[in-house]
Amino acid sequence: MAVTLRPPVPAGAPREEVTTQPVEATPVKIDVEQLNFYYGPKRALTDITIAMRTNVVTAFIGPSGCGKSTFLRTLNRMNDIIPGSRVTGKVQIDGEDIYGGKTDIVTLRRRVGMVFQKSNPFPKSIYDNVAYGLRINGMANGRRDMDARVEASLTSAALWDEVKDRLHDSALALSGGQQQRLCIARALAIQPEVLLMDEPASALDPIATQRIEELIYVLKRDYTIVIVTHNMQQAARVSDHTAFFWLGKLVEFGPTDKIFTNPSEKLTEDYVTGRFG
Amino acid sequence: MTERHVPHFQEELEQLKARLLEMGGLAEDRLRLAVSGLVDRDVSTIERVLGGDTAINQLHIEIDDRCFKLLALHQPMAVDLRAIVSAVKINTDLERVGDLAVNIAEAVRRYMQHPPVKELIDIPRMAVIAQDMLRDALDAYVRRDTFLAQNVLDRDDELDALKTLVFRELLNHMLRDPGTIEPSLDLILISRHLERIGDHATNVAEDVIFMVSAKDVRHHAEQQH
Repeated sequence: MAVTLRPPVPAGAPREEVTTQPVEATPVKIDVEQLNFYYGPKRALTDITIAMRTNVVTAFIGPSGCGKSTFLRTLNRMNDIIPGSRVTGKVQIDGEDIYGGKTDIVTLRRRVGMVFQKSNPFPKSIYDNVAYGLRINGMANGRRDMDARVEASLTSAALWDEVKDRLHDSALALSGGQQQRLCIARALAIQPEVLLMDEPASALDPIATQRIEELIYVLKRDYTIVIVTHNMQQAARVSDHTAFFWLGKLVEFGPTDKIFTNPSEKLTEDYVTGRFG
Repeated sequence: MTERHVPHFQEELEQLKARLLEMGGLAEDRLRLAVSGLVDRDVSTIERVLGGDTAINQLHIEIDDRCFKLLALHQPMAVDLRAIVSAVKINTDLERVGDLAVNIAEAVRRYMQHPPVKELIDIPRMAVIAQDMLRDALDAYVRRDTFLAQNVLDRDDELDALKTLVFRELLNHMLRDPGTIEPSLDLILISRHLERIGDHATNVAEDVIFMVSAKDVRHHAEQQH
């Protein structure tokens, strides 16, 4: 961690609230209140309160280890499998607290899809990768319906034109960028409402990155998207709202243009101008 | 997103271009009104120009804001970078043209309180040249046409020569009949404003050349290399 950083608040003064800018009025999709996350005794996230809106791309930025990926993974309970982890606070999706005890985790993950840093297609055909989730969820009525859904998903992920003539080839034969778009198609196939993306382009070359970024821009018409990126410029390019995390705390959250042109917090300004680390 | 998809950054650049053209249209319009008010001695036309340039001022701010955000959020490179930096500068030039049109209208309003000093010949000629230069500079911007832009640069000398001519002629009038000093000074001011509009059109043309070919032709920079 950087040694030149000033703390976000005067020494000793507790941080009462983050600087939050007014955001456009689409309905809140994910409403997080006072969320704390612990890896065993270590607190990784402290009192996170933030609202992510429908059909909006929200980006999480911050230095390595700031908690942005951990936070993303709390949004579909991917952290549950980590032994000794613990969550306090609320994460409400459409008003339902996903840690409230009534949530079916399989249903939750169907509603809140996820794409990871490293593309992870199944060692199956392109077609079967997309059809997999549809089959196990019983979402297709027969072969023609399945074909139509696979095509729609691949089209949404901007991959159809490139693979339509080789749907039954192995997914592993695709390029890195295509594999990542296939993973996006696979996530879209089961019609999620929210798409979580954890560094979705960091392993890709600039052209493939640009395609993913453009895809994110198009997909937000239909989905609520939350993206973690260590690439600040990427956050600037693709997101509508940006949240800056530092040492497990949410330092500032607001419209992306505001965060990158005139942030309210000195700490945010230091980070986005590269005076960090 | 297919192969035909236009990246949204390019869409935003197109929007920027459209707004800048709208700004150019408004500035041209105001210049045209101010000049026709002078030629026709039409108070109501002049009052329209003086009535405020809210639309231009709002666009001035909006275009700067668009450029600012495009630079901050998209980190443009090469021709895109030059296009946005040029847009910031062209925006300022167009806003100044709008202001100069108001300055002309103010001088015309004062001038009309006196009998005409003389028949106006060279000032309307200057106005035509200045308007043509401005229109062609904007056309060059739209079409990315460096040939037309260079043509705009070449016409500036003509405007400067006419301004000098107007000054000398009016100086004679004033020496002969001190009663014409006040209206003559206003005509000299008008010719000066028109000459300044030509300078702004020249700036726009220089920015077009820079944007398209990355050549800096300001201050005869090309001759220094």
